[in-house]
Amino acid sequence: MAWQRKILRVDLTAGTCTSEALNMDWAMAYLGQRGLATKYFVEEVAPSVEPLSPANKLIFATGPLTGTMASTGGRYSVITKGPLTGAIACSNSGGYWGAELKMAGWDMIILEGRAASPVYLHIENDTATLHDASALWGKTTWDVEPALRKIHQDSQLKISSIGRAGENGVLYAAVINDLHRAAGRSGVGAVMGSKNLKAIAVRGTKGVAGIKDPKAFMKATQAAKAVLAGNGVTGEGLPKFGTQVLMNVINEVGAMPTRNFRDVQFEGAKDISAEAMHAPRETDGKANLVTNQACFGCTIACGRISKLDQTHYTVVNKPEYWAASGGLEYEAAWALGSANGVNDLEALTYANFVCNEDGFDPISFGATVGAVMELYQMGVLTKEQLGIEAPFGSAKALTYFAECTAKGEGFGPEIGLGSKRLTAKYGHPDLSMTVKGQEFPAYDPRGIQGMGLAYATSNRGACHLRGYTVASEILGIPVKTDPLETDGKAGLVKAFQDATAVFDSAGICVFTSFAWTLVDVAPQLEAACEGDWSLDNLNVVGERIWNMERQFNNAAGFTNKDDNLPKRLLTEAAKTGPAKGLVAGLDKMLPEYYAERGWDTEGRPTATTLERLSL
Amino acid sequence: MMKSLHIEAAKCTGCLQCEMACSFENYGVFNPAKSRIKVFDFHETGLKVPYTCTQCAEAWCLKACPVDAITKDKSTGAMMVNEATCVGCKVCTIACPFGTINYVADTGKVQKCDLCEGSPACADACPTGAITYIDADSTGIDRMRTWAAKLENQTAGHAD
Repeated sequence: MAWQRKILRVDLTAGTCTSEALNMDWAMAYLGQRGLATKYFVEEVAPSVEPLSPANKLIFATGPLTGTMASTGGRYSVITKGPLTGAIACSNSGGYWGAELKMAGWDMIILEGRAASPVYLHIENDTATLHDASALWGKTTWDVEPALRKIHQDSQLKISSIGRAGENGVLYAAVINDLHRAAGRSGVGAVMGSKNLKAIAVRGTKGVAGIKDPKAFMKATQAAKAVLAGNGVTGEGLPKFGTQVLMNVINEVGAMPTRNFRDVQFEGAKDISAEAMHAPRETDGKANLVTNQACFGCTIACGRISKLDQTHYTVVNKPEYWAASGGLEYEAAWALGSANGVNDLEALTYANFVCNEDGFDPISFGATVGAVMELYQMGVLTKEQLGIEAPFGSAKALTYFAECTAKGEGFGPEIGLGSKRLTAKYGHPDLSMTVKGQEFPAYDPRGIQGMGLAYATSNRGACHLRGYTVASEILGIPVKTDPLETDGKAGLVKAFQDATAVFDSAGICVFTSFAWTLVDVAPQLEAACEGDWSLDNLNVVGERIWNMERQFNNAAGFTNKDDNLPKRLLTEAAKTGPAKGLVAGLDKMLPEYYAERGWDTEGRPTATTLERLSL
Repeated sequence: MMKSLHIEAAKCTGCLQCEMACSFENYGVFNPAKSRIKVFDFHETGLKVPYTCTQCAEAWCLKACPVDAITKDKSTGAMMVNEATCVGCKVCTIACPFGTINYVADTGKVQKCDLCEGSPACADACPTGAITYIDADSTGIDRMRTWAAKLENQTAGHAD
């Protein structure tokens, strides 16, 4: 039994921590992590709940494979109703914290209510206690981690925390663990801040025992690891270049959103690419990239560890930024770079450090800066309002905004609203490149048509981690499809969405799906867990999870009108590259998608569909 | 041939597969807290370093044990803890300069790396070759080869 069968429920209002048995009937139907925690969430929380109110709940959840030798089995997710979107939010993180929670004997933590004053949660195996965090409030995640280790005299504590962005209600604030791993999107950190919860410090020494068939499990995980090692993407591309392996590829296919999606190719892409991270700098002869790094249990090791150029304007005389830390992943490099037309690799790396240090999502932040820069170019926002001249391409404006957003100073709180609220406030809502209030990631739907549908229908707002059809449309995984075509994309998006829900619920990383399909996942789950985890049933479980999330959003007030893309992508054609002349063909794909899903024309699951999925 | 664990920190990514393999081998549980090999993450430099017992030829732990519970396995060269004899006095943990022998509260005994009877689970599990189990007398062979390669152009008689 790969679950610990135990939940920690923390009532922050009452200040109590109680243990309860995991609902195993639900585990059989929703697996773990994303699926299972969302089941708890929708059962316990009204869809109409105000995200930043005490009535919202915040769940930290692991999966059955978290804390095992399954490759990448170190994941956890944070589930809540997101303040950026008003939709179900589920943000996934790696590092070591998730496995530590599992090792302490817990499958998940459900946090409810709101503490009267700042607290942190300390978990040592079965013992969970709330402590005063007033001395930690106002500190960055980088300060909180060593401080808690010192307080508890335990150098092996693993910590998940919020920085000042989460405290200040930045609507895309993240939860950060292990200094630079993030449950990054949808503002889960803001919900944590609204509950006056600064950190969760965990030490687990109980381990994960009770694997159903240990021999079969070791065999299955070894075979699956061999698949990762032998695959060009997971065995070579990702360890060497990280997700940044995509920068030049996506630019070449004309799907690199640039300057708030005005353009689809960025002339500075090569300056902020993986190759640039490897190249020695002119100033000090050293490369930006120090090494790659794995999360717990991961045999891919795509993580980037970078060191800044000490002579760069951002960090001169600031030695606290000279140590190695989490470097640029592709999404961050895009959002901080191309989305704003900035090609200064060191400035992007610094902004990324600041996002980790004070806990906010570089995608939503960078994309919001893109909208700010466009409003500045239009004369809607001025130097006086912003505190700096902010034309597209200004690295100085980018890093200044990062600092303002981290500290909640100057124009920072406005940027912390996200682009939907900010552009509406200044009278240009069409300039917000969002779906359901969440900013796009790094693929232009004019150049990769399937992604337009994936964004429009993602249950947590625009996102690349809910249905990554880039794999098929660009990389040919598992089969190559034409990125400029809309035909067949509805089925493709649905298949990716359902499969991803399973990966996210198992406790493993979705990046394994560059090499694995559910055919590789099923034997690992079957050997580890009781229940039916055959390929057929996993497909149903994934679809069930997707529809459960959809139902929550529908009940929260979302309709088919929210399955949409910004006007720019539907009416302004791509200017260059292979997609030149194309707009996003969402209207051709959406009705077909609803039909594939068994939803009515308003985007609601039909009674037949719900019955088929036992919902 | 006597073999020893060989660690190349530069190849370590910090995945902890070795720690899980070790705990699984010895306790049937995935639990880094019970692992006899530990990976240290020096985050300020980005370096990760796996560390475990080097099986000293003249072992402090063995010499310090007042009940002779630690003996040398002749086939692998590993210092072995005889749990039936160990009284949990922890003197060995004080004697070891490297900290690689530790007390286990659950059992009341000490534990250390025993080289898994000549088939170390950590080396099997390591995905990057940072931990290998090789000829104990030639652990420097790869470094020698690296330096030898650098001398290539200076070697007499290698004119063309």
